[in-house]
Amino acid sequence: MIVRKSTAEIEKMAAAGRIVADTIAHTGEHLERGITTGELDRIAEDFIRSRGGVPTSLGYRGYPAAICISPNDVVVHGIPGRYVVGEGDLVTVDVGVTLDGFIADSAYTFAVGEVEPEAQRLLDVGREALLAGIAEARPGNRVGDISSAVQRLVESSGFAVVRSLVGHGVGRSYHEDPHIPNFGEPGRGPLLSEGMTIAIEPMITAGRPDVYVHEDDWTISTEDGSLSCHFEHTVAITAEGPRILTHATAATGTPAADREGSLLR
Amino acid sequence: MPVKEEKIEVEGEVVEALPSTMFRVQLDGGHSVLATISGKMRKHYIRILPGDKVKVELSPYDLNRGRITYRHR
Repeated sequence: MIVRKSTAEIEKMAAAGRIVADTIAHTGEHLERGITTGELDRIAEDFIRSRGGVPTSLGYRGYPAAICISPNDVVVHGIPGRYVVGEGDLVTVDVGVTLDGFIADSAYTFAVGEVEPEAQRLLDVGREALLAGIAEARPGNRVGDISSAVQRLVESSGFAVVRSLVGHGVGRSYHEDPHIPNFGEPGRGPLLSEGMTIAIEPMITAGRPDVYVHEDDWTISTEDGSLSCHFEHTVAITAEGPRILTHATAATGTPAADREGSLLR
Repeated sequence: MPVKEEKIEVEGEVVEALPSTMFRVQLDGGHSVLATISGKMRKHYIRILPGDKVKVELSPYDLNRGRITYRHR
């Protein structure tokens, strides 16, 4: 069942969303060659708590850390630990924050130092795909309009869309209805309406779309070892169109995140 | 954190037993699908007969085929 939120509830999610966005930016500032993902996780958790929030992922279905950090061929759910970030890595930071009973969820893939041109292109396409999906998040459209917009942009760029991981509604729970795949047909799926709050999250690879789960039961990597990226925003569907809730508060947000938010305000 | 979505679980009733331990299952939603038995059920020699109420796993990519994963009492 799709749960719509009142204006007041959306503001609460926006407050959580600001912490999410700032946490991603803050973590990104510490992301450099030589730091471990475990250290980054601690930095993120400290930041979230200093803002009065709680890291949603910690303990969620048994997840052992505050955020997910997924390097290179790891698509999602990378458990922070002893992995040492290297020059040229693509590192995805996925953060969920619970504040005052409401959750916001966002993710961003950072490039560490100099990356290969194709890797940079993957990141650019990933960001564009998220924007393309968000643009479809308006009342009267269907989930399939979001899904197909993402898929068309990604595949026309020669990259692949992961099938087995999808976006989702979000609010008082981390994962609510509806599911929001990153592939599909326009005009299909649940109707989007005012008050819905959804996490749109294209996950794309530079090779084939197939992924597998590691033995730790969490980490998910591309089967062919190709690079992946993941960009996500929590979006409220309003009468005026999509409103990004995971928008940074200040200029410390990554330039891309700030631009994305302002483009759609 | 994204949601892992590999399969859709639905309920239905077995309509017909076909060769090679395939079954035609009428889903509660109205559609009928062609289904195999899951390996776990084969391992435990669980028999499926027409009239049985079962749980079926469907792939999002082919909604006409499924796998029977559970037989209700």
